[in-house]
Amino acid sequence: MALVLTEEQVMLKESAAGLLAEKAGVAQLRALRDADDELGFSRDVWQEVVAMGWPGIAVAEAYGGLGYGYTGLGLVLEQAGRHLSPTPLQASVLVGATAINELGSEAQKQALLPALAAGEVLVSLALQEGAQHAPEQTALTAVADGDGYTLTGNKILVLDALAADHFVVIARTAGSAGDSEGLTAFLVPAEAKGLTVERRSMVDSRGVGALRFDGLRLDADAVMGEPGQAWAGLSRTLDIANIGLASELLGLATEAFELTVAYLKERKQFGKLIGSFQGLQHRAAELFAELELARSIVLQALQAIDADDPELPKLASAAKAKLCEVAQRATNEGIQMHGGIGMTDEYDIGLFIKRARVAQHCFGDYNYHLDRFARLSGF
Amino acid sequence: MSKLEEFRAETRAWLEENCPPAMREPVRSFEDLYMGGRNPEIAHPEQKVWCDRMAARGWTVPHWPREYGGGGLDKEECKVLQQEMARINARRPLDSFGISMLGPALLQFGNEEQKLEHLPPICRGEIRWCQGYSEPNAGSDLASLQTRAEDQGDHYIINGQKVWTSYADKADWIFCLVRTDNSGSKHEGISFVLFDMDSPGVSTRPIRLISGSSPFCETFFDNVKADKRNLVGEEGKGWTIAKYLLTHEREMISGFGAAPKKSLGEAALETLGADASGRLGNGILRHTIAQYQLDALAFAATMSRVGDEAKAGQGLGAASSIFKYYGTELNKRRNELNIAIGGEAALGWEGEAYNGGVTSRDWLRSKGNSIEGGTSEVQLNIIAKRVLGLPD
Repeated sequence: MALVLTEEQVMLKESAAGLLAEKAGVAQLRALRDADDELGFSRDVWQEVVAMGWPGIAVAEAYGGLGYGYTGLGLVLEQAGRHLSPTPLQASVLVGATAINELGSEAQKQALLPALAAGEVLVSLALQEGAQHAPEQTALTAVADGDGYTLTGNKILVLDALAADHFVVIARTAGSAGDSEGLTAFLVPAEAKGLTVERRSMVDSRGVGALRFDGLRLDADAVMGEPGQAWAGLSRTLDIANIGLASELLGLATEAFELTVAYLKERKQFGKLIGSFQGLQHRAAELFAELELARSIVLQALQAIDADDPELPKLASAAKAKLCEVAQRATNEGIQMHGGIGMTDEYDIGLFIKRARVAQHCFGDYNYHLDRFARLSGF
Repeated sequence: MSKLEEFRAETRAWLEENCPPAMREPVRSFEDLYMGGRNPEIAHPEQKVWCDRMAARGWTVPHWPREYGGGGLDKEECKVLQQEMARINARRPLDSFGISMLGPALLQFGNEEQKLEHLPPICRGEIRWCQGYSEPNAGSDLASLQTRAEDQGDHYIINGQKVWTSYADKADWIFCLVRTDNSGSKHEGISFVLFDMDSPGVSTRPIRLISGSSPFCETFFDNVKADKRNLVGEEGKGWTIAKYLLTHEREMISGFGAAPKKSLGEAALETLGADASGRLGNGILRHTIAQYQLDALAFAATMSRVGDEAKAGQGLGAASSIFKYYGTELNKRRNELNIAIGGEAALGWEGEAYNGGVTSRDWLRSKGNSIEGGTSEVQLNIIAKRVLGLPD
């Protein structure tokens, strides 16, 4: 497949840039943060996103979506990264809907995907338990109990947890922590008895929470797919999630870089524009080169999802590892090149570094994915 | 059968009949390439046979117009020819600076008489060209060149010295940057002239490199006469042609960064062995290789993306400005890793035990990639100023 955007894709990218810049940009993020908003996003703005049809971009037409593929969704996420847009696009559209699609039964897909595509329902994935992403270490237990299951344990880093209507919960029904076998996905309504949702506050000021399961009782029809067999669907969900986050990081890193280059052209020291100093010029040029590589690998990975490429796992880890590296460098250089003013809350560059590190961490950081890339490359 | 399919069938039959068996063996080293010229270096007698047969059809340079000795093939036909050659592992019949550098410049800037005189002998492999650009005091700052060309009516008299002239000792003609005017800025007053290396007053001295080979020369001009009809473009406007050619050269050199067939990680695993979990035992080395492979993958994707964008009519994007810089730096990284993985074996210089020292010599040669054709630092200056618009 040609590594190039179609006209239709370019139009989608431009319309996303327009709406997100105006309605869900850095100013909105600041306003939500300063108001200590519980959800971390605006329901009104979300309705405008829904009106654009974006929640259904990657959902198949058979389930009420546009069937336009993940490459299209990636372009929207890239713009969300550029503007630090606080919306459930990542939690529910990218990860939640993909989890339902990859793990759910036909009945569950029919029940939820049309509502997800229409933006009427929000679904979030509850996976991580410890400080690091380690899906096979899942310890939250689901014990068979008559014709159902009882769930006990904790989840953290659940994106948009306070807004979600349902959670896809990864639990252990067999084996022990460290086994990729024995994991089961459950569909859990947010209001279920025995589930406590606690709001957490992280550096990026986005909606996030922790879940506590105190002997929560579920019927057998809450199981997604075959009991104990969630690994394959979960892996593919995570590959797609990581490519989507890589798209977000691409937009974020590009914007942080452009903010920084603009600053180099206006700030004077020693009687000269600091952008005329070769020490800064070469660092900026190197970063430009890295961003071009980042753009290429993200596009290749997005196309691999839509083409059902067998190399998807390797490309997903390649894209996420590269974008973790580049976003980290772009935001670190952003602060350094802004100088003292880059340390102030008043300047936006700080908001970029904060969101970058959370997006980098979610579903595996640079260390996790470079290691996985090496493993999948056969060494 | 469509016309293109007919062309494919004919091409396949012709190649089967005319490509000598020895020319279907893989190219092992630089010495296996055929560069042509008045006194061609011939590693295998069938090289010349193959070149002559292909040249008779214009297929040494299939995309050039027929009137200049090329094949006159369109893009689709060129692709078919390439595919059919690849099918039988046919070698390229001819490699030369005439094809890769001077030809494109003449097609763009030369007059009709110059094209008719110089392009056909390039296609036939009869004349081998070299490039006279760098001087002892004009390397990265190429426009400071001082080789003088004095106007003598119908010809110039040239005096001065060039350096890093690739294969000047083997070339028949030179395309050379000379100064015809000293009065303006350094980018003005440079002219692009062609002359015969057999002319009285031309002498060359090969430069031995750290890799042990001598692909470059110092070239001296002592009252060398060059006909004015071999001035390409306008007098004093040679810098435009020089820049055009530098872009070509950079694209060629950046191609060195393309990933080899077997991945470095797999090669390391074969050489060094795996730990109990099947991974490369030294975690630090594994990390460095993984970083290299990740960047090589993303760089390859970038080359494809820029090509696909150009094909889709979106023009040559800003990304192309990184090719020379990134490709050569990647190649140096790969060569350093070859040394680290190979250890003692990779540091061998000569003899069968070390396969002729190919690993160490390639490693040393790669150091020049980020110097020749514009250093990495010059490339970064170009990106900073022309792409990012940073001030002087």
